[in-house]
Amino acid sequence: MIDAHEKISIIRLFHVHHTYGPKKALIDITLDIAKNEFVFISGPSGAGKTTLLKLLYLGEPVSEGQVLIDGINLARIPRKRIPHLRRKFGIIFQDYKLIPTKSVYDNVAMVLEAAGAKNRLIQKKVKSVLRLVGMEDRLKSFPPSLSGGEQQRIAVARAVIGDPKIILADEPTGSLDDESAAVILDLLRGVHIRGATVIIATHDKALMRKTGGHVLHLQQGRLETSTFIEKQYDNAIF
Amino acid sequence: MITLFFKRALDDIFKNRFLNLVTIITISLSILIASAFILFFVNTSDIINSWKKGLRIMAYLKPGMDNDGLKDLKLAIQALDGVDNIQFISKQEALSRLKAQMAHQSSLFENLTQNPLPDSIEIRMTAATDSWQNIDSLAAQIEALPQIDEVEYGQRWVGRFAQIISLFRLAGYAMGTLFFMATIFIVANTIRLVIYSRRDEVEIMRLVGATDSFIKIPFYFEGLIQGALGALIGLVMLYIAFIFVSSNVEKGFFPGLFRFHFLSPPLLLAILMISMLVGWLGCFISLKQFLKH
Repeated sequence: MIDAHEKISIIRLFHVHHTYGPKKALIDITLDIAKNEFVFISGPSGAGKTTLLKLLYLGEPVSEGQVLIDGINLARIPRKRIPHLRRKFGIIFQDYKLIPTKSVYDNVAMVLEAAGAKNRLIQKKVKSVLRLVGMEDRLKSFPPSLSGGEQQRIAVARAVIGDPKIILADEPTGSLDDESAAVILDLLRGVHIRGATVIIATHDKALMRKTGGHVLHLQQGRLETSTFIEKQYDNAIF
Repeated sequence: MITLFFKRALDDIFKNRFLNLVTIITISLSILIASAFILFFVNTSDIINSWKKGLRIMAYLKPGMDNDGLKDLKLAIQALDGVDNIQFISKQEALSRLKAQMAHQSSLFENLTQNPLPDSIEIRMTAATDSWQNIDSLAAQIEALPQIDEVEYGQRWVGRFAQIISLFRLAGYAMGTLFFMATIFIVANTIRLVIYSRRDEVEIMRLVGATDSFIKIPFYFEGLIQGALGALIGLVMLYIAFIFVSSNVEKGFFPGLFRFHFLSPPLLLAILMISMLVGWLGCFISLKQFLKH
């Protein structure tokens, strides 16, 4: 019998450990993230936030324990299925990870090209998603010519273009000014409203209070608390 | 999708033009050297074959043979393996042929009181008698007949020449293999440098869900394009060198006798394909090592 809780879970971790050589990055993490949740992974620098995100998209192999993504056990996934797993995610990296030698259009289109989409659909969706992030007039620009906020918007566009089930964002507003951060956050909320599960790794408490959601607090690699906070204010500047 | 991969490959070649240029020049030089060998062998083989076509054995008869003896001898020679046809040349006919050939030095024959030439039989061989060993063996069998005084096949040295060419050919195969391997190694290394310079890009592509094939195929196209361009440049250089060299050699060594020709279209196509294979193999080896990690 399938229990009701399992039905809505999209990410499940059971006693997950991860080590970098002798250093323990994650210790005995067990958690459950439901579909369409808005989740914050909080904690100070070095708490294991980025490592936890990396385990989800197999950026790092799991040292011990079980990770289930949308019912797929990552310990048993064949190598050739990893790209398909990764297409379930839209990932926003702290350092944007845009390809500097490719135009904005090519950076965003790459996700759909890799998924084998038709050229006409790619053109249509890239334009639409760049309009969504307010960058439709920078199609032919190259990342080095853009500001940090603009690059992050392109990274968001790239993350959402494939209509992923899960958005992972690692400190998405960490290096941005308040205005740019508010734009990025609004974009992520929009993706969440359209049905995606959003997971943001951040140590920014103001950001969590602004949005509200499920907060998983990490401390020295351990999951200390799992709480829900209410949206406290709705001002774009925080 | 193919168009996309091809476009990406051309884009990458343009963006990494220095490294690609090094690879293309390396391939073109290897193709130039290997094709020069092929061209040499093709033409020397043709020369040898044209000599072979005119090759015949002359058997000189002992003096004083009657008609019955001659008939028996003809039958005996005709029965030998590898003999196509034979023609008896009487001493008188041989002298008139010699006089015709030496018409400009007719004074040499003025004081000749008797015909010094022997009767002879000209023997032409079947097409199957193509190896020099077979010709030698046939000549020995004819010489062993009691009515035969002496056997001569003027182009005996052609066999030696062919043997030397065979040795050259072996050396050519060895060098070709060596060039083939060296070129693959160089292409693999330059592609490795290109991939290494783009490792972040490859990593990002993997993170957004690109399969290994999606990453690899444009590189394969790149290798094929490098191979094709290398072959074209190498063959054009060879053709230019051929034009200069062949006319001089023809005039100097074979005036009016032999005409050199360039590589045939099927051979050119084969060289192009092999060159593209080299480019592809270089990519394949590099990518296999790189994407394993």
